[in-house]
Amino acid sequence: MKLRRTMLFMPGNNPGMLQNAGILGADSVILDLEDAVSLDEKDAARVLVRNAISNLNFSGCEVVVRINSIKGDYGYDDINVIARVKPDAILVPKATEEDIEEIDEMLSIIEREEGFKLGSIKIIPLVETAIGLENIRETILASKRNIAVLLGAEDLTADMGIKRTREGEEIFYARNRVASICKAYKIDAIDTPFADVNDIEGLIEDTKRAKSIGMTGKTAINPRQIDYIHDVFSPSREEIEYARRVLAAKEVALKEGKGVFSLDGKMVDAPIIQRAETILHKAKLAGLIRE
Amino acid sequence: MKITNPAKAGSLESSDIFIMVFPNEDGIEIELESIVIKQFGKRIRQVIEETLKELEVENVKLIAKDKGALDYTIKARVETAIRRAM
Repeated sequence: MKLRRTMLFMPGNNPGMLQNAGILGADSVILDLEDAVSLDEKDAARVLVRNAISNLNFSGCEVVVRINSIKGDYGYDDINVIARVKPDAILVPKATEEDIEEIDEMLSIIEREEGFKLGSIKIIPLVETAIGLENIRETILASKRNIAVLLGAEDLTADMGIKRTREGEEIFYARNRVASICKAYKIDAIDTPFADVNDIEGLIEDTKRAKSIGMTGKTAINPRQIDYIHDVFSPSREEIEYARRVLAAKEVALKEGKGVFSLDGKMVDAPIIQRAETILHKAKLAGLIRE
Repeated sequence: MKITNPAKAGSLESSDIFIMVFPNEDGIEIELESIVIKQFGKRIRQVIEETLKELEVENVKLIAKDKGALDYTIKARVETAIRRAM
């Protein structure tokens, strides 16, 4: 399990930001060749990001590159240049089943040519159209490289012709669909960014809302958002304490030969034990506990 | 690689370097301005020369205005400017 609570977008043609990407505290960074780069700088950003991945130390942070769509003029060149320096993953905008199949094949060819382990470069489809949302299952099944799905609500609501709001009621269905399908296929569900970087209260509420329906992480568009998102997605002290008590009670029950037992007057069964184990594992990955 | 037209890459923002290249008949000519010329002038020039060599460029006039770029940025901006000039 890899923690992917935050994925921080960094503009791909900004050297000053790229070289600080690894020290800002995000679990993943997304070096962006798409929307953050103007059309006349696509070539420059591609070379800069390639060099950044080859030369900079990202301090153990997962490095993801958002390429341009392979339906346009830049996507194929992006993959051909970027995959050769082995980013952890490629983020595919407006991903379709066909796009993912084609990118999977391209990555396999490049991995063979470069002597990388086959399948080592992962893929994250970006769901940001109505058709993309409805076909998400097929898109996930199109490649074993898929490790997460990222929901892009700005483009999705534009495609739907509806207004994007601070409360996010309009993406309730999209979040549920992404969270449920990702859970079914055991991959991460990454929530859309919260656009107002000055509205911290709104960010926290939005992140809690996403977490409550099963999203496992969230994109950030400013380093200031990272800690607040981590606070929401990391297990709380109370959750960790309860999880420890559940597992301790389980040990006692096992010794006494009981299959089902109770804690604080409530029945504890397999799903609760599993949740407790997941919480402690996440807490360990987040550095909140040692064992 | 043969430079056939003038081209530029990079910017004057902090941590970046602005590169302009022009066709030249007499080998490699480099004009460098940098906010850290005293400390890193030699190194920046060396990185530019190495990048031109890797790209097999033998004749070019290159003007660089550096704002504290690291090596990876200098190499990227020189490469982009050269590819745009072909």
